[in-house]
Amino acid sequence: MRVAQVLLQVVAVVVTKNSCGFILCVWLLFGTQGHAQVLPEDRVDSLYHIYDGGGITVQGPSVLVRKSVADTVSVSANYYVDSISSASVDVVTLGASRYAEERTQLSGSIEYLYENSILSYAYTNSSENDYEAVTSNLSIAQEMFGGLTTVALGFKSGNNVVKNSTNPSFEDTTDIKGYRLSLSQVITKNILLGSAYEIITDSGYLNNPYRQVRYIDTSQALGYSFEPEVYPQSHTSNAVGFNIKYFLPYRAACSGGYRYYIDSWDITADTIDVSYVHPLNENWLLDFSYRFYSQTSASFYNDLFPYQTAQNYLARDKELSTYSSHSIGLGVTYKLGRDQLVIVEKGSLNLYLTAFSFQYDDFRDVPAGRDNNLMGGTEPMYDFNAYVIRSYLSIWF
Amino acid sequence: MLRVALISFILLVSAACDVQPWVKPYERANLADEVMQFDRDPVASSYLEHVYEARESARGAGITTGGGCGCN
Repeated sequence: MRVAQVLLQVVAVVVTKNSCGFILCVWLLFGTQGHAQVLPEDRVDSLYHIYDGGGITVQGPSVLVRKSVADTVSVSANYYVDSISSASVDVVTLGASRYAEERTQLSGSIEYLYENSILSYAYTNSSENDYEAVTSNLSIAQEMFGGLTTVALGFKSGNNVVKNSTNPSFEDTTDIKGYRLSLSQVITKNILLGSAYEIITDSGYLNNPYRQVRYIDTSQALGYSFEPEVYPQSHTSNAVGFNIKYFLPYRAACSGGYRYYIDSWDITADTIDVSYVHPLNENWLLDFSYRFYSQTSASFYNDLFPYQTAQNYLARDKELSTYSSHSIGLGVTYKLGRDQLVIVEKGSLNLYLTAFSFQYDDFRDVPAGRDNNLMGGTEPMYDFNAYVIRSYLSIWF
Repeated sequence: MLRVALISFILLVSAACDVQPWVKPYERANLADEVMQFDRDPVASSYLEHVYEARESARGAGITTGGGCGCN
């Protein structure tokens, strides 16, 4: 029976001799296995998030509503706000005062289910006083081999407008393109594997319009002065990652993941994470996680350049320096049933706390050095701690 | 030449399709358990991914779908 099916498909290719036949055959092979995909569940999530660390506080709500509008179509909408209050080390280094701004992000998506495939489109618009971003995502996910394998292909395109709140005449643009291939695989009845490869390229104005680099200037009391950053006009990155999840015999799960990153600015990064989920009883879930991140610096990064305009490209962004970070997460979920919710199917109350620690290897703490009259290049290396709180209510209906 | 390539590809893919599911549908109860979901609550995990992207150079092979900066 299987041989006959394959023969028929090969004949179809030979007969049609064109790309339509090829697509038809691929669809016959992958599209008629009889293990249909399912759309995401109808749900509402109402989240409040707080980030605090390194002189920056970011907080705000995020509300996500997802609803099926037919048996084969699901739509979602998300409203998200970042209220930012910042006196980061970059701001303090340049002698600027704490500033506040708000970023509002609206996004919508539509998923179309056809047998083993889900076609998705998402649109995101982000707006703040000095940065506008519009991003579109298109993806197709295909389930195959009796539901053991899901392959997804994705493409994203974004257009950003960069402004400068201290210079109203300044405006420039950035374009971004991304391509993604991901694979989800059932290994055994207790093991799942997820993996992804993604290439992203951006072009245009990639600087931060406020940040400056410093260079040795012996005419100054502490031996340095500042000048604007200059970045290349293009940037391409490659990332590959995998994550494996294992169901433990006493109904709990542990997972481990790794991601390797490399880009055209000579930055390489490694990310390792592990997590453990433990149900306490019918109503409680506990989540524990640990993540380690380490990266090398960009080729044009320097904490203190030897002289003014020392090279074509200049950067002193700590996110382009050599550094590592550790983060530990703890989460508690309390599940709500019909007894508490009455009119809806189920829900959950969730509280997650994540603590971060960043240690920089070649980014010096200029404000601390200035407070102690230390000459440029002799300041202590910068480090800081941060925490993130996510509290949210989820309802399925 | 193109025809040969297409037939070869189809045969190769057909061979792969002959792989029978080694985990039967009735053996997938553990995999379907909520503790086995990679992304149980998308709104919460996408926020944490946004934090990582704001604080790190590495990007991609994650779960976010885009947006602005809000990261300085």
